[in-house]
Amino acid sequence: MADAPLVLIIEDEAPVRAFLRTALAAHGYRIVESATARDGLAQAAGRNPEVILLDLGLPDEDGIALTRRLREWSKTPVIVISARGLEEDKVAALDAGADDYLTKPFSVVELLARIRVALRHAATVPGGDPVFAARDLTVDLGRRVVTVRGVEAHLTPTEYKLLAALARHAGRVLTHRQLSHQIWGAHTATQTQALRVHMNQLRHKLEAEPAHPRLLITEPGVGYRLRDE
Amino acid sequence: MTGRPDPDALLARISAEAARKERGKLKLFFGAAPGVGKTFTMLEAAQAKRREGVDVLVGIVETHGRSDTARLLEELPILPRHSIEYRGTTLHEFDLDAALARRPGLLLLDELAHTNAPGSRHDKRWQDVGELLDAGLDVYSTLNVQHVDSLNDVVAQITGVTVRETVPDTVLEMADEIELVDVSPEVLLQRLKEGKVYIPEQASRALERFFRRGNINALRELALRQTATRVDAEMRDYRQSQGITETWAAAERIVVCIGPDPHSARLVRAAKRMAEGLEAEWVALYVESAAHFRLSAEDQAAAVQNLRLAEQLGARTATISGDDIATEILAWARANNVTKIVVGKPIRGGWLARLRASLLDALVEGSGTIDIYVITGAARSPRLAKPTSAPLAPGDFGLAIGVVALATAVGMLFRGLLSTTDVAMLYLLGVVLVGARARQRPALVASVLSIAAFDFCFVPPYYTFAVGDLRYLLTFGMMLGIAIVMARLTGRIREQVERARSREQRTAAAYALSRDIAAAKDGDEILAAMARHIREAFASSVTVILPGTAGLFPEEDGVARWVFERRQMAGLGTQTLPATPALYLPLVASNVALGVVRVEPRDPRDAKDPVRRQLLETFVGQAAVALARAQLAERNQQTEVEVKTERLRTSLLSSLSHDLRTPLASIEGAASVLLAGTEPPLDARRALALTIVRESRRMTRLVANLLDMVRLEAGALHVNKEWQPLEEVVGVALVLLEERLQGHPVTTRLPPDLPLVPIDGLLIEQVLINLIENAVKYAPPATPIEIEASAGPGAVVVGVADRGPGIPPGEEMRIFEKFHRATDDDSAGGVGLGLTICQGIVAAHGGRMWAENREAGGAVFRFTLPIEGTPPPMPPEAEPAGARAADG
Repeated sequence: MADAPLVLIIEDEAPVRAFLRTALAAHGYRIVESATARDGLAQAAGRNPEVILLDLGLPDEDGIALTRRLREWSKTPVIVISARGLEEDKVAALDAGADDYLTKPFSVVELLARIRVALRHAATVPGGDPVFAARDLTVDLGRRVVTVRGVEAHLTPTEYKLLAALARHAGRVLTHRQLSHQIWGAHTATQTQALRVHMNQLRHKLEAEPAHPRLLITEPGVGYRLRDE
Repeated sequence: MTGRPDPDALLARISAEAARKERGKLKLFFGAAPGVGKTFTMLEAAQAKRREGVDVLVGIVETHGRSDTARLLEELPILPRHSIEYRGTTLHEFDLDAALARRPGLLLLDELAHTNAPGSRHDKRWQDVGELLDAGLDVYSTLNVQHVDSLNDVVAQITGVTVRETVPDTVLEMADEIELVDVSPEVLLQRLKEGKVYIPEQASRALERFFRRGNINALRELALRQTATRVDAEMRDYRQSQGITETWAAAERIVVCIGPDPHSARLVRAAKRMAEGLEAEWVALYVESAAHFRLSAEDQAAAVQNLRLAEQLGARTATISGDDIATEILAWARANNVTKIVVGKPIRGGWLARLRASLLDALVEGSGTIDIYVITGAARSPRLAKPTSAPLAPGDFGLAIGVVALATAVGMLFRGLLSTTDVAMLYLLGVVLVGARARQRPALVASVLSIAAFDFCFVPPYYTFAVGDLRYLLTFGMMLGIAIVMARLTGRIREQVERARSREQRTAAAYALSRDIAAAKDGDEILAAMARHIREAFASSVTVILPGTAGLFPEEDGVARWVFERRQMAGLGTQTLPATPALYLPLVASNVALGVVRVEPRDPRDAKDPVRRQLLETFVGQAAVALARAQLAERNQQTEVEVKTERLRTSLLSSLSHDLRTPLASIEGAASVLLAGTEPPLDARRALALTIVRESRRMTRLVANLLDMVRLEAGALHVNKEWQPLEEVVGVALVLLEERLQGHPVTTRLPPDLPLVPIDGLLIEQVLINLIENAVKYAPPATPIEIEASAGPGAVVVGVADRGPGIPPGEEMRIFEKFHRATDDDSAGGVGLGLTICQGIVAAHGGRMWAENREAGGAVFRFTLPIEGTPPPMPPEAEPAGARAADG
């Protein structure tokens, strides 16, 4: 299995490492482990992993700073792992270039889904205008057409931009800041409240049950995600 | 003022331990007269004690130069005297503090009735002895019969010599042993002749009369009788303690009616002797009539003094008010089952007294079954206050003249129309008017003026004071009589009004304090109210001294400590340390001292005025009782809180240990089976793994709740409010709970026009999660769970409803308490923190949460989220991104 994807786990807690190792190995991934940020950075450079799982609470260096340093030279997808209640750290890591996050405790199913999404996005050739399709929704990014259950949905420009940004990163979380930049331009401040209002309208147009969304998922305190499976 | 003792230094040494020591024993050597050999006998007894090995110390013994007495003193250690400078002379007094510090086994203190030099701690030596006994020291002392308070006046009658230095009877009763020292009159007179009896020079002439054979015999008899009474009492005590019962006469109760004169003091003593003889309870009664308020200040004080004397002699005292003294006394006596009334014999001579029914006559007439005892008293009528107490306004006399002038003018004007009788009536009307408006004297002046004017102007011959018809003299007499009666009547009414006002003021002062005390929330406020009222009633500075945590007073105020420990007043105006600039009153309730009130009046006379001091004592007493009650309530509350906290702690511990251990045990068990090596079938392995996952989640939830609880309790909950659609928060909760909600259809009813709410999304999401989980926990499988919200005025109301068993009646509020669970069945899991956390979060948002049962079964939990202010403006619509992107 030489082409099995290589996953770098940077995590100081041995039991968590053991659990991740067992789970990933069982699903055909190859694994490299690091217990510290220093060693993790060296491994990332030396082994060239396809995905990095990064715990934010490392003993020697702040995970956010590590993400920033990684992003200086690497595009390898980074999935950060952190406890509940530390939403600000997650947002900071995502804004620093991490691709996704997992909240402890998480299930193996969730972990594998995130890794799959990360790998898929890394493999996508940029520049194309793919068509996103999940459940009843299709978003044709090239033609800018959105249909729900086969019927074309009428969206405002903001709603479309919001949906398109999520569809382009389908399955991945986008922070409020990232979404604000994509909709209103890189120089606008984070418009959390506006995003919420537009998201609410979008849900009413696209979701069967807006109060119990299946596609447009809120990541509390972090941002939004378009579920793609 | 070098001689003035430093009270702090003195008192600091009276340690609290001394008070706790067993009380010392007092032995009195009692004699009929000076010279009978009391001191000698006392020294002999002391020598005997010394030979027994007792540490005998001589405090004060006066040998008066007698060699046999001096010889007995030789071998005994003598306490150096304490020098006090007083008005240029140095007085040598007993050193109480040195004696207390030295702590001898037996202290000799001659002449119990001695008055200490000014500036000593106590006025009287018997007070020193009281303190020594309290400190646990045994004392021998000497006393002559003429110094006994209740016999004092009898002795004065017998001998014609009034002895000023007296010892209260209670001190005699306090003595554990009384030894009568007696010699025959012949021996005593012989000793006197030989110069063996000490007589102060200035009293030598008076004492010549004193030492007459008849007197000596009478005094001996008194002394013997006093000792015999005591032996009697001892015998009775002994019989009672030995269980020897006697038939007792029906209980007697004696009331002695006292007035504002020294004669009443004699009455009090007589009543005391009678009460002792009859083994009866006795009460000193004072009737505050209209006359009381006409008394001079001295006499008013004397009345209070007499009441106090009775109190000192062991009586209960009562003050009642009313005008008809006899009726009031009899009514009170009947109400209180009094069997005997003691009154003084009225000696008020003169024809008026003989004409008017005396108090005594009225009492005897109405007494019925009550015996009346009449005691002869000294003749002195109470000094009435001069009417200057209510100063006469010159205007009142002006009024009198004016009214008479007016009546004359009217009479002259209508001379033709009015008969002479009508004019007389006109004058009378004028006199009555003056009487009603002014005092007695202007009314009398008006009546005299009226008669003169009437005579002058209307009685023939006109314009002379001569009277033609002698019948007019009768008219004049009647006019004068009517004027006097009217003036007296109006005067009495005014007095009654004034009395009512004075009483009203006192009652109002006490009532105002009690009202403030009732409104006080704690002990501090009670004391503040008391201090305020004292300050209002007396111009003074008031300090409340409470024992510190160590139960001790600040060192600088030893008087306060003394007052606290002895639970007695001291300082200015009392007999203990009267040189102190302030009066110290103990705050005593149920015989326990709570603190000391220090009152330093701007005018020191205020502290000595018995009426004002009584009010002061009332204030302090009222406050003390309230304070004791407040302290008790505080203690009870504290205990309750402690019990509650303890119960909570126990409940938390048992809940936690159970709720944490159960999932841990399941996880460990499942994992160990998987580890065991025997490969279980796939189904079994899946089941074990599922157990591990499920139990882990349970623990995760529990730990999350505990952490939230800690954050809430620590006040560390930070509410980060942002305007957002509630729908999104509901959505997050439902997505997170997807797995748990399997089997329960969830319906959400959120109106599309629901406004944005300013909330902390993460916290409200937690509330919803807890409420939904709670619903899942109790609702039967497949029953629906409904989430709804509606906009009300100023708030959005959110509800989570289920079809479970509902809330037991009466539990609607209790379910929000910490560690409260709806059932004891713990299969539902959780420590009972979820709802408490919800309530805490909602409260932090300014909302409230409640639960109710639904009509068709099940429970609904609702909470409000207040909407304050307006959301910030939205950014502009984004640039259209492309042709096909909608029309919006």
